[in-house]
Amino acid sequence: MTTWNFFVDHRSEILHATLDHLTLVLIAMAFAIAIAVPLGMLIVQHRHLRAIALGAASIFQTIPSLALFGFLIPIPFIGGIGPRTAIVALVLYALLPILRNTYVGLTNIDPAILEAAEAMGMTNTQILLRVRLPLALNVILAGIRTATVITIGVATIAAAIGAGGLGTFIFRGVAMVNDSVILAGAIPAALLAILADLLLAQLERRLKVI
Amino acid sequence: MMLSIEMNAKLAAPSDLAIEFRGVSYCINDIPGRVIVSDVSLSVSRGETLVLLGRSGSGKTTLLKLINHMLVPSQGQVLVDGRPTTEYDPIHLRRGIGYVIQEAGLFPHFTIAQNVALVPTLENWDSARIAARVDELLRLVGLDPTEFSARRPRELSGGQRQRVGVARALAADPPILLMDEPFGALDPVTRAELQREFRALARRLNKTIVFVTHDIREALLLGQRIALLHAGRLVALAPPQDFLRLDHPEVHAFAASRDSSLGVAP
Repeated sequence: MTTWNFFVDHRSEILHATLDHLTLVLIAMAFAIAIAVPLGMLIVQHRHLRAIALGAASIFQTIPSLALFGFLIPIPFIGGIGPRTAIVALVLYALLPILRNTYVGLTNIDPAILEAAEAMGMTNTQILLRVRLPLALNVILAGIRTATVITIGVATIAAAIGAGGLGTFIFRGVAMVNDSVILAGAIPAALLAILADLLLAQLERRLKVI
Repeated sequence: MMLSIEMNAKLAAPSDLAIEFRGVSYCINDIPGRVIVSDVSLSVSRGETLVLLGRSGSGKTTLLKLINHMLVPSQGQVLVDGRPTTEYDPIHLRRGIGYVIQEAGLFPHFTIAQNVALVPTLENWDSARIAARVDELLRLVGLDPTEFSARRPRELSGGQRQRVGVARALAADPPILLMDEPFGALDPVTRAELQREFRALARRLNKTIVFVTHDIREALLLGQRIALLHAGRLVALAPPQDFLRLDHPEVHAFAASRDSSLGVAP
């Protein structure tokens, strides 16, 4: 009951933190998609770049999130305390699922379709944009979905470096040993992740071609 | 040694040749040990239907891909309209050569009309001309445009998809048509139906057709000449009426395969 009262009393504060959280996630995802999708398209045709790009993205993903925030703070221009550093970390974290799915989606296409496209006199760029990309859309979107859910989760940790969001409640609650405060951050964050997952899954089904 | 019966009366002048292989060899990545096609010389006259017959791995598909520059000869030359393929812009060359493959290779995200319209669209025809051409072609291959234009490939049967594949290949009215076992994945009844229709269509359209198959009966039915490939070499070349009389072990092998299947389908 006390938790419910806490939620009611602090609803505007919770709403505010949820919006901050969402903003953080949306900005990071916009950057991650803008980097990873074109990069995925690029490495379909550039074999040498492929290993480097996928390798680098894997490394970012392997670093524990709190450590990644820590690494970024001392770096000039992108580092420091605040949302900017958090967004950079979230972007790096979201790259791998999107990049990997873009690459897999673009390359995992029925060879007969690609052979026909080539034989009909389509250029490589036409094949990429008119055949590979539309056929890969739902796989790319699956990567974006995974990345979004991860980012919503990791963004709670961004509060540790002063980026705001729902993590603020969680860290504060832990410090105060107050379950209500922890839940005020944890429940909206969980709901946000579930909601994003459902919505994007819906979109993904709609884009499936075959 | 190659066995061959050429009809002397039809000995073609070079300008009548649509396609010519001159001592063509092809090795994977130009590694001499990995020979797929070995010293093939062969010409196809305008308007002729030539069948490339052979077992799996005999090099027949490779020969086909050498014609539209999807592969480049390691040695020798392939000439299309008297010019080596290497002198063409590959994109331009391919748009003038129709191509039909097994399972059709239709684009699943395109409607039937969009699939057929592919090359005209790439060539920037105006939309009215494209629409008229699509209708004309669908009728030509026996599909009702009002019923099929807006459908997707997955809504069609294998035979219907293959018809669309033929219509797509013919869209920009290319003088040359390459067909790689186009009816190979169809059930026997549909296959026989499409073979008969295609034979009639080929005679009417007056295209130069190179048709790859491993089915001797299909070769005898559709080919005006049959070129037999074995282990990357051209081992026999003859019109269908003479083909089975050639005395070569691989011809005998194919003749035997025909006899053994006669009991099943006349």
